[in-house]
Amino acid sequence: MCLAVPGKVLECSGEEAVVDLQGNRLKVSKVLTPEAGVGDWVLIHAGFAITTIEEADALETWEYLRGSYGEDFFSEADDAVESKGGDS
Amino acid sequence: MSAKTERLCAELHELAGRIGRRVQLMEVCGTHTVSVFRNGLRALLPANLRLLSGPGCPVCVTAQRDIDAAIELAARDRVIVATYGDMMRVPGRLGSLEKLRALGAQIRLVNSARSALRIAREFPDRPVVLLAVGFETTAPATAATVLEADRDGIENFSALLCHKLVVPAMLALLEAGDVPLDGFLCPGHVSVIIGADAYRPVVERHARPCVVAGFEPEQILTGLVALLRQISEGRAALENVYSAVVSAAGNRVALELLERVFVPADAVWRELGTIPHSGLEFAEPYRRFDAVERFGLTIGEDDDHPGCLCGEVIQGKVEPAECPLFADECTPLNPVGPCMVSSEGTCAAWYKYNRPAGTTRADVPASWEAGQ
Repeated sequence: MCLAVPGKVLECSGEEAVVDLQGNRLKVSKVLTPEAGVGDWVLIHAGFAITTIEEADALETWEYLRGSYGEDFFSEADDAVESKGGDS
Repeated sequence: MSAKTERLCAELHELAGRIGRRVQLMEVCGTHTVSVFRNGLRALLPANLRLLSGPGCPVCVTAQRDIDAAIELAARDRVIVATYGDMMRVPGRLGSLEKLRALGAQIRLVNSARSALRIAREFPDRPVVLLAVGFETTAPATAATVLEADRDGIENFSALLCHKLVVPAMLALLEAGDVPLDGFLCPGHVSVIIGADAYRPVVERHARPCVVAGFEPEQILTGLVALLRQISEGRAALENVYSAVVSAAGNRVALELLERVFVPADAVWRELGTIPHSGLEFAEPYRRFDAVERFGLTIGEDDDHPGCLCGEVIQGKVEPAECPLFADECTPLNPVGPCMVSSEGTCAAWYKYNRPAGTTRADVPASWEAGQ
């Protein structure tokens, strides 16, 4: 449950950001990472960006998650943040 | 196996041989536990190195009395309880949230505290309660959401606080002294928030090495090598082998939010009892968001299944297979204890990756297969 996944910031608006998570666009809060800007990589946990990270580390983590958890991980990880479909 | 993995394993074996005695290390994070199993790391470890799983799964450490309080709330007229998915199936005295939902109670699965607040905005005439579990990785999300509710005057929102703090639990395990531990593999993403320096009390008061590591197999092996190297040299230091992601001081913004909204409080952990300053309660200005106070809840006692060894499992005292209920009365589809409910629970990881003969994949909830 403490797993955080990397996403790339596409848009920022006030305390919110839209991030790309392997093709899924997700709205997250950046209140914990006010320094994050468009183009930055962040780790996302429970709908919040919790830190910024380097692109190389983010890509390596993506690679690991995809290899280990399967292609479905990122659509499943949709659950980890507020998804466009809302929560069930 | 990659060349790096091979080199790390060779180093582990060499160091373990040099130490010569049995070494017990604890990984204090459910994500580490799952990664160790998923990647078959146990099979690569030296025979005299034992890796124990600690109290690192937030679902597993939530006391039954807190589950019961959530169930009592959900049973009340008009109340909507918002919960992270893993909590749905944890058995309380009178069944689980999942069973109550099947009977018509308004229980909503959320993936963020903000989703619970959104529900509260959508239904302003109904009380919405967030079942707030999780370690320091998750607690800042609760704090930020409470501040948002406070700012926007969303007064039908409240939280049943069950957050737990990692370091006080590590100290309590060492102080109890029931399980000999030579060092800790410290969690990666909890440490993003609290910072590597948070483990200093463990190193300084108890002279146990602490190494912060990521959750990928090579990162875990790198962490174990660092721990064994310290032990072989008779040292106990704090090391951070995940410094690309974890800083010494942590996320200052998140820590400030925690300090503003909460105060440390004694907390009851499942079967471990009360651990001083290991939980959070609302600071005075935000007390009105406390579901216990708002609904006049009485938090009762626990009445755990007498045969269930979850309490021993999360302290590393026994391995899941030593529990008489494991894979027999207690399975992922019909869990008795929380360690079998959560996909990050030690019993669940054992069941999934170390499954006894005669069980099939169908015994595992479909959501686990997708990596939940």
